[in-house]
Amino acid sequence: MTDLPEQLAEIRDDFLGLAVKERLQLLLEFSNELPALPERYADHPDLFERVEECQSPVFIFVEVDDANIVHIFAMAPKEAPTTRGFASILAQGLAGLSADEVLAVADDFPQGLGLTEAVSPLRIRGMTAMLARIKRQVREKLSS
Amino acid sequence: MAVEVDTAAQFSQFAHPERLVSGEWLEAHLGTPGLVVVESDEDVLLYETGHIPTAVKIDWHTDLNDPVERDYIDSAAFAKLLGSKGIARDTTVVIYGDKNNWWAAYALWVFTLFGHEDVRLLDGGRAKWEADGRAYTTDPESATAVDYPVVERNDAPIRAYKDDVLAHLGNPLIDVRSPEEFSGERTTAPAYPEEGTLRAGHIPSAVNIPWAKAAAEDGTFRPLDQLNALYRDEAGLKDGDSIVAYCRIGERSSHTWFVLTHLLGFEGVRNYDGSWTEWGSAVRVPIVKGAEPGDVPAAR
Repeated sequence: MTDLPEQLAEIRDDFLGLAVKERLQLLLEFSNELPALPERYADHPDLFERVEECQSPVFIFVEVDDANIVHIFAMAPKEAPTTRGFASILAQGLAGLSADEVLAVADDFPQGLGLTEAVSPLRIRGMTAMLARIKRQVREKLSS
Repeated sequence: MAVEVDTAAQFSQFAHPERLVSGEWLEAHLGTPGLVVVESDEDVLLYETGHIPTAVKIDWHTDLNDPVERDYIDSAAFAKLLGSKGIARDTTVVIYGDKNNWWAAYALWVFTLFGHEDVRLLDGGRAKWEADGRAYTTDPESATAVDYPVVERNDAPIRAYKDDVLAHLGNPLIDVRSPEEFSGERTTAPAYPEEGTLRAGHIPSAVNIPWAKAAAEDGTFRPLDQLNALYRDEAGLKDGDSIVAYCRIGERSSHTWFVLTHLLGFEGVRNYDGSWTEWGSAVRVPIVKGAEPGDVPAAR
């Protein structure tokens, strides 16, 4: 397996360095940090793909720019802080990576964050699904 | 010592009005000795974003389930959990949560397995509390631990296992999932494919009454006449019936179990918590596809 990109590995290490209960607080911080949509997308919810696997509605949109760098935008309601936290981890952890680097991230990366115990295995699957969607959108962007 | 019941007029029509409290009542009673407020949500972080003052958090997934086996925690773990949350055996517990109290009702049902007597729901849950403009706090949980006795969990009266359901066939079954899951068009709840099964459809003879029909737009329970129309007229339930409700993992059917037991006053209602994630993958159990309930199968 390929090593995780540096910023994703840092996020993972930050979680693993905390007691289980404190990991929830860090997830909440990520949740609060999920950036608002850039203006060019704010009025275009139609561009976003809903991740059906998530328990709460979350919408994901991926851009691959001319330099082959991936940008991820996500939108989830404030009533779904866990989902927002998952999206925020991925958006921050994958920010600035090349398309190939994103595609090389292990599909089961969410299972290694130390959150399974804190949020339950069932819930963490929502994040795994989100990562799969992001990778699929990157592949689609590359082939189009 | 039990805290006085909420005598609000909208609850008096129900069989057990003492099982519900309004936001107004709860706000006025916060801090009353003998009362503990519990938040139980689908989203495990919601409590941290803000919760009703004094409330403690109990999560169905991480607190009430055994970490290894697919079962609830045992008597010793339950006693330890409740004691740590400041709940004694005679404490009045009011539970509330997100999604029309879906998980709050599940927590209440688990409390009932252990015979905790005075456990109530905040009608409308988080959504109504917020819509009414009532206060939240982000203060960390600060319960003073007390002793909770180790009491035997008694599943039989309100919990059905798969074999119980097989033996129950011929008696009323309520399937509270979406019509698409009931008919077998899909093996998973909309938006929940991680809980998929090997087969799709429903338990033969089950009537489909999606759980959310019991909730009004603001998340509160519908009035008695509407609930009677739904469960007595449409589903054909009669007093004296033995009833089993199920969904996918037992959480939506806990909501229906609460309605049937505490609001409509049916006795002998059991929640089949194995639900479709067990039945839909079990070997040699009868399944019906399509929108119709189907016939009761012959014993195999």
